[in-house]
Amino acid sequence: MSINADASKSDGDVLLRVDNLVKHFPVQSTSLFSRNKDVVHAVDGVSLEVRRGETLGLVGETGCGKSTLARCIMRLHDITSGRVEFEGRDITRLSTGQMRPFRRDMQMIFQDPYGSLNPRRRVGSIIGDPFSIHGLADGKERKRRVQEVMELVGLNPEHFNRFPAEFSGGQRQRIGVARALALRPKLIVCDEPVSALDVSIQAQIINLLADLQDELGLTYIFIAHDLSVVRHVSDRVAVMYLGKVGELGEVEGVYQHARHPYTNALLSAVPVPDPATASDRHQIILVGDVPSPIAPPSGCRFHPRCPKARDTCVREEPDLVPRLGDPPTHVAACHFPVADGEDLADSKPEIGADKRIVEEGLVGNV
Amino acid sequence: MTVGDIVSATHVPDEGPLAVGPEAARKIEGRSPWQLAFERLRRDRAAAISLVIIILIILMAVIAPVFAHLTGHGVFEQFRDTGLSVDGLPRSPRSAFLFGTDDQGRDVLVRVAYGARVSLIVGVLATALTVSIGTVIGLAAGYLGKLVDTVLARLIDVMLSLPFLLFAISLASVFQPSLTIVIVVLGIFSWSSVARIVRGQVLSIREREYVEAARAMGAGPWRIMFIDILPNVLAPIIVYTTLLIPVSIVGEATLSYLGVGVQPPTADWGQMIAEAATYYSVAPWFLIFPSLALLITTLAFNIFGDGVRDAFDPRSDRQMG
Repeated sequence: MSINADASKSDGDVLLRVDNLVKHFPVQSTSLFSRNKDVVHAVDGVSLEVRRGETLGLVGETGCGKSTLARCIMRLHDITSGRVEFEGRDITRLSTGQMRPFRRDMQMIFQDPYGSLNPRRRVGSIIGDPFSIHGLADGKERKRRVQEVMELVGLNPEHFNRFPAEFSGGQRQRIGVARALALRPKLIVCDEPVSALDVSIQAQIINLLADLQDELGLTYIFIAHDLSVVRHVSDRVAVMYLGKVGELGEVEGVYQHARHPYTNALLSAVPVPDPATASDRHQIILVGDVPSPIAPPSGCRFHPRCPKARDTCVREEPDLVPRLGDPPTHVAACHFPVADGEDLADSKPEIGADKRIVEEGLVGNV
Repeated sequence: MTVGDIVSATHVPDEGPLAVGPEAARKIEGRSPWQLAFERLRRDRAAAISLVIIILIILMAVIAPVFAHLTGHGVFEQFRDTGLSVDGLPRSPRSAFLFGTDDQGRDVLVRVAYGARVSLIVGVLATALTVSIGTVIGLAAGYLGKLVDTVLARLIDVMLSLPFLLFAISLASVFQPSLTIVIVVLGIFSWSSVARIVRGQVLSIREREYVEAARAMGAGPWRIMFIDILPNVLAPIIVYTTLLIPVSIVGEATLSYLGVGVQPPTADWGQMIAEAATYYSVAPWFLIFPSLALLITTLAFNIFGDGVRDAFDPRSDRQMG
């Protein structure tokens, strides 16, 4: 294919490059005549690279823009500004028709195994959809290939005439995986693929994804809010907060030497299975909620909740660069990065109370 | 969703890959949401009875020439000697004329049987036209959104605000009144309510993840509208269709009653009722039989439509009174 020929020309092993991607959603005003032009800054200047064969974890709390970023990469949303490149080709402004050949190489697994399968269609036709959309196989040939994929993801190929409602959550997610896998894509965007599943089933699906990656050389963008899952599956991890990347690096680097106070707070919230160690450790409790993405805070977006906030943080936006002698692969956007062994629980923010979020919620003019 | 929930509730979910062998698969028989709906419909006695009545009416329309043959009375034939009294008035029901005769000395029984043809043809075709237009426009407005939706939604509002009878009468009189005109007029004036229902359903369905999944796979808007969304709005469409048939039949009868529908001498219930109105005191049978036919037909379709609605939406309140 022409796409493959082009791939060898593109630099190194970068499969997907996201450059300063911005996605704003206009908020509709409630009244008929007032022209209220508020926008939600869902993703606000994210730059990433995903290398061939790796898994990039994407973490952050609800509403930080992880899913929006994923849908922008998949071109399910129109992109406000910035650039998305797949195998060195700009796909930012392609039309639905122009995007179609790329969709054979990039697929998506969705969060909700109940909502992502059409309840009125049989499993065989759901998994067979990619073949018929791209005109790759019909009739018997399609059935054979569908059953092949079903077997690959651990579904009984005999069940191909059933409806999604006849399967359990875990099996449904396998159907979703099978659909994404049908065309043997290069990149699969997994949007919280295990968040809706029972813990025991989560492990099954994660292992399935890992096996498939080994077998087929897949590249994953793995979105989750469960940090232990991300640590388990990812090679590199990006931490998002309010539409921006706060920290990005090799998974062990980020988990062992977290520089951003937000990353530290997230990591300290991971449950520890041993009660003795659990009571020993310091948990960083962030107060309040994530500020509204309609009016994001100035400077560093984390400053209203940050235990280390200074006046600089309110004024200047920190760059995403290596901090405290980290390798160039590990970058963090923080003016006052956390040193190894530093206890954040002792830190007190040194900014005006009006710029901070206190227990009751948002105070002041943020 | 509703039907899907029932399915998941009645089937015990099995976990793990290859947990169910072919033997077990036979025991837990997969039933589609449609099969479940038909199952419920079959248990509904009122719907079953009305379905039988509908089938009988269809049969009557189909074998209308047999009525003419058996009685020896053609549908347009006037029996001025046997069918009219010496004063020239319609004759009451008797062995020769089971339903009596009309003001022209024609057999009411034969004409009622032939009238069923017009009613059913108009009922089915006008409804089909209405539902096709309404579904396509509703799908387009709901899924394509933006400018398309703005334009179509306003068009729906305009259509809904037009006074049906006034426009129907003027349209039918501008063109030569005929069966086709009646069907077209009924179709043009009732698609908007179907479109509004479909649009509303599509607006909620287009945000579902399976529609996003279809887009992620590269499906175009037409494929998504007709393959992914349409099956999920089919249940309300089918319910509305069965309830729309009697409305179309009454609409046709109304237009024919007003003289802008089917033209004489074609036998038609609405037109028969109109003619009988002058004679109702001296020849009540002339009025009663076509009215009864119209009443039974619309009632049967309405009760059947209710049954279909209950079957497709088991959560709707079925307790009456």
